[in-house]
Amino acid sequence: MSDAGDHHYTSTGLPSWKIGFWTFIASECLFFGTLISTYMVYRTSSVQGPFPHEVLNIPLTSISTFVLLMSSLAMVLALDGVTRGNRKLAMGWLAAVVVLGLVFLGFQAYEFTHFVHEGLTIQRNLFGSSFFVLTGFHGVHVSVGVIWLTTLLILSARGKLPPEKALSVEIAGLYWHFVDIVWIAIFTLIYLIQ
Amino acid sequence: MTLRTALPAFTLLLALLLVACGGEYPQSSIDPKSDFAHSIHTLYVAIFWITLVILVLVWGVMAYILAKFRDRPGSPRPRQIHGHLGMEVLWTILPALIVIGIAVPSVQTVFRTQRTPAVSALTVDVIGHQFWWEFRYPGGRVVTANDLHLPVGRPIALRLQSADVIHSFWVPMLGGKRDLVPERARPEGARPDHANWLYFTIQEAGVYRGQCAEFCGSSHSLMGVRVVAESGAEFAAWLADMQRSEGSAADSVVADSALVAVAGAPGGAAAARIELGRRTFHAASCVACHAIQGTTAAGRVGPNLTLFGRRQTVAGWLENTPDNLVKWITLPGSVKPGAKMPGVAEAGGNFPPTNLSEEQVRAVAEYLWSLGKP
Amino acid sequence: MSVATPAPHPTGVWSWITTVDHKRIGIMYFVTSIFFLFVGGLEALIIRAQLWKPEQALISAETYSQLFTMHGTTMVFMVVMPMAVAFFNYIVPLQIGARDVAFPRLNALSYWLYLLGSLYMNVSWLWGMAPNAGWTGYANLTSTQFSPGQNVNFWVIGLSILGISSILGGVNFITTIVNLRAPGMKLMHMPLFTWMTLVTSFILVTAMPVIAVALVLLAFDRFFAATFFVPTAGGDPVFWQHLFWIFGHPEVYVLILPSFGVISDVIPAFSRKPLFGYPVVVYAGVLIGFIGWGVWSHHMFASGLGPIADSFFLASTMIIAIPTGVKIFNWLATMWGGSLRLTTAMLFAVGMIAVFTVGGLSGIMHASAPVDLQQHDTYFVVAHLHYVIVGGAMMGLFSGFYYWFPKVTGRMADEGLGKIHFWLAMIGFNLTFFPMHMSGMYGMPRRTWTYAAALNVDIYNQLSTVGGVIFGVSALVWVWVMLKGVRSGAPASPNPWEAPTLEWSIPSPPAHYNCPALPRVRHRDPLWREEDRAAIEAVTLSVPEVEPEMPNSSFWPIVVAAGTSATWMLVMTGRWWAPLIGLAFTAFGVFAWAFEDPFRKKS
Repeated sequence: MSDAGDHHYTSTGLPSWKIGFWTFIASECLFFGTLISTYMVYRTSSVQGPFPHEVLNIPLTSISTFVLLMSSLAMVLALDGVTRGNRKLAMGWLAAVVVLGLVFLGFQAYEFTHFVHEGLTIQRNLFGSSFFVLTGFHGVHVSVGVIWLTTLLILSARGKLPPEKALSVEIAGLYWHFVDIVWIAIFTLIYLIQ
Repeated sequence: MTLRTALPAFTLLLALLLVACGGEYPQSSIDPKSDFAHSIHTLYVAIFWITLVILVLVWGVMAYILAKFRDRPGSPRPRQIHGHLGMEVLWTILPALIVIGIAVPSVQTVFRTQRTPAVSALTVDVIGHQFWWEFRYPGGRVVTANDLHLPVGRPIALRLQSADVIHSFWVPMLGGKRDLVPERARPEGARPDHANWLYFTIQEAGVYRGQCAEFCGSSHSLMGVRVVAESGAEFAAWLADMQRSEGSAADSVVADSALVAVAGAPGGAAAARIELGRRTFHAASCVACHAIQGTTAAGRVGPNLTLFGRRQTVAGWLENTPDNLVKWITLPGSVKPGAKMPGVAEAGGNFPPTNLSEEQVRAVAEYLWSLGKP
Repeated sequence: MSVATPAPHPTGVWSWITTVDHKRIGIMYFVTSIFFLFVGGLEALIIRAQLWKPEQALISAETYSQLFTMHGTTMVFMVVMPMAVAFFNYIVPLQIGARDVAFPRLNALSYWLYLLGSLYMNVSWLWGMAPNAGWTGYANLTSTQFSPGQNVNFWVIGLSILGISSILGGVNFITTIVNLRAPGMKLMHMPLFTWMTLVTSFILVTAMPVIAVALVLLAFDRFFAATFFVPTAGGDPVFWQHLFWIFGHPEVYVLILPSFGVISDVIPAFSRKPLFGYPVVVYAGVLIGFIGWGVWSHHMFASGLGPIADSFFLASTMIIAIPTGVKIFNWLATMWGGSLRLTTAMLFAVGMIAVFTVGGLSGIMHASAPVDLQQHDTYFVVAHLHYVIVGGAMMGLFSGFYYWFPKVTGRMADEGLGKIHFWLAMIGFNLTFFPMHMSGMYGMPRRTWTYAAALNVDIYNQLSTVGGVIFGVSALVWVWVMLKGVRSGAPASPNPWEAPTLEWSIPSPPAHYNCPALPRVRHRDPLWREEDRAAIEAVTLSVPEVEPEMPNSSFWPIVVAAGTSATWMLVMTGRWWAPLIGLAFTAFGVFAWAFEDPFRKKS
C-alpha cells in the first residue's frame, strides 16, 4: 500500500518551500532581535555625541517608513496579479514594490550621509556603532529584496511567471513583509521611543 | 572484563582516587580558611553526598539490569511495556524534590555571601593587570603587588577592577572567585560603572595561594597571588612599614657619603653592592614604571616594589630568591611571556632593553631583596 | 519478498562534489568530522604532553593558547556537531521514509560551508596565527588592542561561515521532518532520533543567529574600529558573555540531544522492548530544548551579576536537571525486563548512560552558584564538560555508528574489534577526565599553560595524559573497524538487528532513491508489528519498474559556498568594498542555482 511515489507528496500538504522559508524567517527574527537588543542595551551608553535625539529625524523617517509600508501593500497586489494570471497588474505592482524599495534605500542613503556629516560614524560612539550595524543590516535585507523582486519582474515581463509559479512570488512577498515588519520595530524602538 | 565487573571496578578506582592521594594542596578548594569558603564548602559537601548516592543508585540499577536481563538463546520475547504513568510521575517528582533541596540552601548562600559587610570592614582595591595584581589600601599611600596582606578576623571587602582585560581573583582557601572587569567609560552625568566585590573574613593566619582564573592572555597561568593573612598587630606593623621608607627599618638605609666607609666594614662588600644596586635602579629606566615608598621612584605603570624583600614571589610566579630575581630582571619575557617589562637584552612593552651589566643586575636584585629585610 | 539490488550510481570525484544525495552528503560530513576529530585530538595530546610535568615549557605559552582555543573550537563546531549532522543526513530521511531531505542542494551548500569554514580556520596554523582567545572568545581580550594579530580574525570569520552552515542545515531538517514523513506517520510515530533531530534543528535555527550577531559586532570592532566591546569607549565586555552563552548553552543541547536520540533508538532495539514512556522521553527532550534558553548565565556566576540574577539562573539550571534525569530513568526502565543483547552499539549506549550520569551530577554541583565560584574555570569544569560532550555526546554517536554501520555500508562491523574499541575508549576516557575533577578541586584553573609544582597536582595530570594516549589509540582502533568493515565485513541484511524503525525496512545499503515507493506507516515501531512489517516491506523491498525521479546533481552549491566564504574572508582585508567581490560571486551562484531545474532530464 503506497501513495504515488512522486516528489510532490508532503505530510502537511504545504509546499516545503513555504515551511522552509517560515523557518528561515524565525531565524531572521532572532538575528534582528539580537541586533535590536544590542541597540537597546547601548542606547544610553555613548560617551560622546552625537546622541540619538540630536540627529534622528522623525518626520523624515516617518515618510520613508510610510514608503516601505506602501511597498508591502503593492506586494500584496502584485501577488494577487500573479495568482490571477493578470500579467499587466503583476508587472505594474512588482515594479511599484521595486521603486518604493529603492526610494526607501534612497532615504537611508541620505540619512547615513547626513549622519556622517554630523560626525556620527561607526567609530564615533556606541550609538553610531549599533545604529549603523542595525539599520545597515536592514538596508542590506531591503537591497536583497529589491534584487529578488527585480528578477521576478523580469521573469514576469518575459511571461515566465504564470499562476502556477505564484509560490515564488508568495515567498518573495513573505520575505518583503518580514523586512517591512522589522523596520516597523526599528522605527518604533529606535526613532519613536528615544 | 565484562560490563558487570567494570562498574564496581570503576567505582573502586574512583574511591581510591578520592582518598589515596594525600599530601599538601596549598591551593585546594576543599580546605576552607574563611567564612566565605566555609559556606561554600558546607554546601559542596552536602551536594557531593547527594549526587554520590544518586550515582551509586543509577549505577547499581544498571549493573543489576545488565546482570539480570540478558538475552539468552531461546529466551522468549520480553513483555512489551510501553510505559507506566505512576513510575514516571514518581521519577519526575523525586528529582524535583532533590533539586529543590539543593536550590534552597544555594540561594540562601548566594545572598548571605554577597551581603555588604559591616562598616568596620577593611576595603582593599584589587586591580588586575596583564599579568600581575595590584593592591591599594585605604588612604592611597600603601600600594603593593602580588602579595595581599590581610588581617585575620576582620571582615574584608575586596573591590575588584581591571586595568586591561577581564581577570578573575581566586584564592580557593579564602572562597570563590570573582571577575575583575575593566571599568566602562560612562556618559556625563551617568552613574559610574559598578565594580565587583568579594567579602570574607579570614579565620586562620597563613599564606594562601591563588591565581587568575579567567583566561587573560599568554601568561594567564603565571598570574599568581599570595594572601598573607596575619594578626591585626602584625598587619598594622606591616602597614606602618609600608608607609615609612625604602628599607622599613630606618637604620638599614645607607647614606651616600657613608658608602666608602661601609665597604670597608665587615660585611661591607654586600652593603656596597646593595648601594650600587640602589643607584642603578634609580638611574635606570626602572623608575619609569616602579615605585618604592620613601624614594624618588614613583612610577605607577608597573608593580610597586616597596618592601620587596618581604615578598613571597617574584612577579607572582617565581619564589622570591636572589637567583630568581636575577633571572627575572635579565629575562622577564622568557619567564612570563607577554610581560611588559624590558630585560637586559630584550625589549618589553614599549621599552628598549635595559642593557644592564651582569654585575648591575645582581646589584639591583640584591638591593630589591634588601628592602624590608631586618 | 525480493531484495532489491541498488541501482548503479555515478562514481568519481566529480559526482561527489556535485552530489545532492543526502546519503552521500551524510558520508562526506562523517568523514570530514573524523578528519577534524584527529586534528582536535592531536591538539589535545600536545596539550596533555605540555601538562605532563609542572613548570614545563615543551611548547610556548602562545602556542598553548592557540592549541586549547582550536581544540575547543574544532571539537565543538567541526567534530561533534557535524558528526551529528552526518547522522541527521543519512538516517533521518530513511527513518521517516523520505526520498531525500527537503532541499537537497541547500544540504550540499551546508556541507561545503562547513568544510570551507573549518579549513579556513585551520589554515591559520600555517602562519602560526591560529585563534588564541579561547573557544568562548571572551571580550575584551579579543579587541584589537589586546589581540592585535590575525588570530582572532580567523576565528571570527571561520565561525561565521560555520554558523551559516548550521542555520541552513537546521532549516532543511525542520522542513524535512515536518513535511516529508511517509504517509500516515504522525509526529508521535517518529523514531526518537528523528525527534531529537527536530529539536536540535530548532535550537540551531534560533541560537545560531545570536552568535552570528555577536560575531558581527566583534568583526565590526576588529575590522572597522567600532566600540561594541571596548570599555574605554563605553562598551561592555560582559555583554559579549551574555550573547555568547545565550547561544552557547542551547548549543550544549545541540551537542547532546542527537546522542540522546541515538541511544533512545539503540536501547529499545537491543532490549527487544519498546522505549519506556515514549511521550515522556519526547516531551523531556523538547522541554530541555526550551529550558536550555533560560539558563545561560550559569556560565557567568563569577562575573558579578548580583544575587538576584544568580538565584534565578541557579534555579532554572536546577530545573533542567529534571527532564534530563527523567530520560535516564526511562532508558533504564526500557532495559528493565528486556532481553539485552550487548552488541558494541548497545555497549556504547549503556556506557553513555553510565558516564553521562557523572557529567550530569557534577553539573548539579556547579548549578549551585556558590559552589560554582570554586569550580568555575577550573579543571573541575573541564572534567564536567568532557563528561557531557565526550561521555554524553560522543559515546552516543559511537553507539549510532555501530548501530547504523550495516545500513550505510551494507556490511557488518567487526564486533570483536568494536568491543576492543569500546573498552579502550571507556578506560581512556575515564582515565583522562576523571582525574581532572581532582586537579580542579586542588586549585588548577583551566586554560593554564603550566602549573606550579607546589600545587601537587602532577599525578592527576599524568593520569590524564596517559588516559589521553589510550583514548587516542581507541580512535585508531575505531578507524580500523571502519576500514575493515567497509572492505571485508560480512554482508548485512536489511534488518540485521531486528530493529523496529523504518530505516531497517529497506536494503542495506539503500538504493539512491531510498525506497521504490513511499510506504504507509500506521504505528510507532512498525517493523515489530507483523502486519505493518509485511505491508511496508512489500513496498520497500520491491524492485521498481521505473526508478523514482531524483534531483540531478548540481555544481552551484559549491559555488555559492565558495562565494559566501570568500565574502567573509575578504572582510579580513579591512576594506569595506572587498567583501562585495565575494558577494557578487555569491549572487552569480545564487542566480544560476535559482534558474537550474533540479528535475530536468539529462540528454
